[in-house]
Amino acid sequence: MNLNYENSFEIQGGSFLKAGEVSVFVKKTLQRMGLPNDILRKVAIATYESEINIISYARCGVIHIDVNATRVLIDVQDEGPGIEDIQLAMRAGYSTASEEIREMGFGAGMGIPNIMSCSDDFQITSEVNKGTHLKVMIRMPANTN
Amino acid sequence: MDLTAIVKELKLTVAQGELELTRDVSGGYVGDLLSDVMANCKEGNLWITRQTHQNIVAVASLKDLAGIILVQGKEPERNTLDKASSEGIPIFVTKLSAFEVAGKLYNLIT
Amino acid sequence: MTLYEIMDILDAKVLVGRKYLGTEIYTAFSADLLSDVLAFAKAKSILLTGLTNPQIVRTASILDIAAIILVRGKIPQTETLRLAEQLDIPILTTRYILFEASGRLYTNGIRGCEIKVGTDDVIAI
Repeated sequence: MNLNYENSFEIQGGSFLKAGEVSVFVKKTLQRMGLPNDILRKVAIATYESEINIISYARCGVIHIDVNATRVLIDVQDEGPGIEDIQLAMRAGYSTASEEIREMGFGAGMGIPNIMSCSDDFQITSEVNKGTHLKVMIRMPANTN
Repeated sequence: MDLTAIVKELKLTVAQGELELTRDVSGGYVGDLLSDVMANCKEGNLWITRQTHQNIVAVASLKDLAGIILVQGKEPERNTLDKASSEGIPIFVTKLSAFEVAGKLYNLIT
Repeated sequence: MTLYEIMDILDAKVLVGRKYLGTEIYTAFSADLLSDVLAFAKAKSILLTGLTNPQIVRTASILDIAAIILVRGKIPQTETLRLAEQLDIPILTTRYILFEASGRLYTNGIRGCEIKVGTDDVIAI
């Protein structure tokens, strides 16, 4: 079972129609590679929420996926307004979403908390008027080979 | 069935409105899209939702709802509680999911 | 119970995925907010929602949701149907509101994915 995979995906801000395309593709690819279900779920959710965040708030962004036998790394870098108060953004329920975004079913303020609960290691940095950088690490089970 | 009985049966936590529980509940409504709630909710309904921002109070007030149940342990925002207090809209919290609390409420009042 | 029986109880129409009507369903999740679905919905559950945009299909695909049941008589957007065909996610639609649909299914034995959340210990069935 080959567990090595690396790929980068560019995402356009505002592309709500395509929202989730990248995440579904990543999930199916990793599923075909044989990653365990619980890891797949975490990768899928973390990638999807990141994708939605880029589309909802940024001008554009890149999601980089890096898989090997011991861990999955998800690196998300966007260009956009950035996050003013990271502590607030990490709080479940806090949202800066517009009414339009809410009516689509997003913007409940759970994006970053959801990503965090899927991560074994999570780092977030942001600069106002530049963008946000997320780094997620999900550990593979010890017996994966 | 009135709110007091429902609160007891469903073991709801009262976040706001302990003194306003005499109202009879006409039915239930589950939804998080405010435009849908505005369009479809009926007077006297108990509204089950995950939305916690203060707009929910305006909706509940406009539609004359019996109260709002926040599900999955979601705590209301401070602004929401204050607004609810001044509008006389009871707010409840449950750890159950929307599906579960709707199911139980359905069996109580239908 | 099977998706077929659920269709019956909800007086629902199948829009996509007729071949999956034999699937056994035990749990359901009702929501209009996708982040909640992502946070709490379990694989193999059905999703009851009023959302009609393509993201419900992608969310369902991400989480291995067994089927989407649209409520309030909603008809999905064309793109949503197309995506559902492509990703093989069944979509049904019922005229009942979410409360009524949840209530009917609960009465017939379907349960929520998570019994209780909101504490440090999340109990899931």
